[in-house]
Amino acid sequence: MALIEVDRLRHCYRVGGGPVWALEGVTMTIQRGEFVAVIGPSGSGKSTFMNVLGCLDSPSEGRYRLNGVYVGGLHHDELAAIRNRNIGFVFQSFNLLPRASALENVELPLVYRRMWAGERRRAALAMLARVGLADRARHTPAELSGGQQQRVAIARALVTEPLLLLADEPTGALDSQTGLEIMAIFRRLNVEGLTIVLVTHEAQIAAHADRIVAFRDGRVVSDTPVAQQARSLGNARHLSLAYNNVR
Amino acid sequence: MLGIIIGVAAVVVMIAIGVGARERIAAQIRSLGANLISISPGSAKMGSVRLGAGGAPRLSEEDAAAIGMEIPGVVVAAPLLHAREQFTIGSSNWQGVVRGVTPEYFSAREWRVIVGQEMTPEDDKRVANVVLLGTTMREKLFGRADPVGAAIRIRDVPFTVIGLLERKGQSVWGDDQDDVALVPLKTVRRQFIGTSRANPTFVHSITVKFANWASAEDTMAAIRNLLWQRHRLRTGQEDSFVVSNLAEAANVEGSTTRVVSLLLSAVASISLVVGGIGIMNIMLVTVTERVREIGLRLAVGARRRDILAQFLVEAATLALLGGILGAAIGIAAAIAVGSIAQWPVIIDLSAVLLAIGFAAAVGVFFGYYPARKAARLQPIEALRTE
Repeated sequence: MALIEVDRLRHCYRVGGGPVWALEGVTMTIQRGEFVAVIGPSGSGKSTFMNVLGCLDSPSEGRYRLNGVYVGGLHHDELAAIRNRNIGFVFQSFNLLPRASALENVELPLVYRRMWAGERRRAALAMLARVGLADRARHTPAELSGGQQQRVAIARALVTEPLLLLADEPTGALDSQTGLEIMAIFRRLNVEGLTIVLVTHEAQIAAHADRIVAFRDGRVVSDTPVAQQARSLGNARHLSLAYNNVR
Repeated sequence: MLGIIIGVAAVVVMIAIGVGARERIAAQIRSLGANLISISPGSAKMGSVRLGAGGAPRLSEEDAAAIGMEIPGVVVAAPLLHAREQFTIGSSNWQGVVRGVTPEYFSAREWRVIVGQEMTPEDDKRVANVVLLGTTMREKLFGRADPVGAAIRIRDVPFTVIGLLERKGQSVWGDDQDDVALVPLKTVRRQFIGTSRANPTFVHSITVKFANWASAEDTMAAIRNLLWQRHRLRTGQEDSFVVSNLAEAANVEGSTTRVVSLLLSAVASISLVVGGIGIMNIMLVTVTERVREIGLRLAVGARRRDILAQFLVEAATLALLGGILGAAIGIAAAIAVGSIAQWPVIIDLSAVLLAIGFAAAVGVFFGYYPARKAARLQPIEALRTE
């Protein structure tokens, strides 16, 4: 069974004068274990698509089935539970709580799961260790580098053992070397079986994925698998093609 | 926050002063002799001529005896005579009040003799020239010297001081209850008042001690009825006497403290509302500043009610801190008022806790709107806000 099935998804925002269609009929299936990069210029609808996938926004039209459950029309508390149990988010600007320690930031989703403090602490520490930050658990975000902050955010996204990791420009605020380190973590997680959907506008970053979906004016304009070889070269012709299509 | 502090401080001071005042009044009622009814002659009409107070058929010792015997709920009824006389020791003299009393008076007023002997029924029967002095009278006549056994003259009649009364303090009307000399009733009548043929056992007033506050009204009504019968008053005639309860007089002072309490509670409620609005303001700013945090919490699975609870708890904590600070200031202020104004203040711990709890409730009430605003944020919009 596919993890994500979207069918003729349309979404509109009301801005000023009239409706603006951010999505105009997106149909797509993503299987478990896929690593998908969504690319496109700003205003192409890729961020709206991510918000719908993350159950942060409900589409105006069309159907979205996540792990066999139709998400449309669910109560906001049920959506909160889905976000909490099935989805992990990684943002461009990390979105860590500035006054909380790395450990407390990672614990946050478990707080809303009503987990005991001791159990929460253990799970969060284990996850920080997996992203290589066990020795930084007591530091606040201000005391960590950008790459370390993003790794804390990844630990926070993974601590709930989600089915799906959604990353919105995760390397956008990082230098290219740190960005590559973050992508290496994503690659490793994907190899371990995690489904990842990544939004980016950087070709080199998108090249780390297995499949590249290009958006333009609210529609999917290309949906291309990335060859193993091309990816290992880190400089894919496929990718350039896909990106040129968008242009 | 400041409003909450002032509000809670005002509540604490108000309750401390209010309770203190109540205690003081209760103590005064006790010092008057608890549970007293006073019967004094009223005015009466003969035809259409008002005879004025005291002009009616007069109260008598028999009236007092009948009240003591026949009315249930009456512990003791004591007849009284009053006279203002000149006191002389050697060549010095003073004006002072002589009160003619029977031994019943001492039990009615719960007035003890601290030095010397008590007055006995024998003293009254023998029309003995003996006198008991209140503490103020004793100081005027003797200074610090021991007066027991000393001889004094009242309107040139020689008396022997047989004892000293304990201190009673001021009455509710503000006069000094200790500026008095107590002499047997019959002695006062014979030496200072004179007898009347129409009413040979005439008394000025009767003081009645009753058993139970709850039945005070019934007891007073029964006394009125009995005196109507005994004085052969007809329907339509006015009472020839006034029956009053001393606690009623004490209530007059109670009403003054009620005004003070009312004023303070107005201040308290206004400041609490102002403080609540202040908290609402702080919380609205907090919510605006933390929109991204709220968005993140929603994204990682917080439900609306989790966000609501978080901000309500913050508002309540803020108000609670203000409340605790206010209570501390209030206690200090109450103690200061007590020592400067010589006003008895009693700090009731449960009232203080109640005021603090009320402050927290104000925080929850005024924090609700900002918290709801936070909970209703849409996660994507919240996350996008810079």
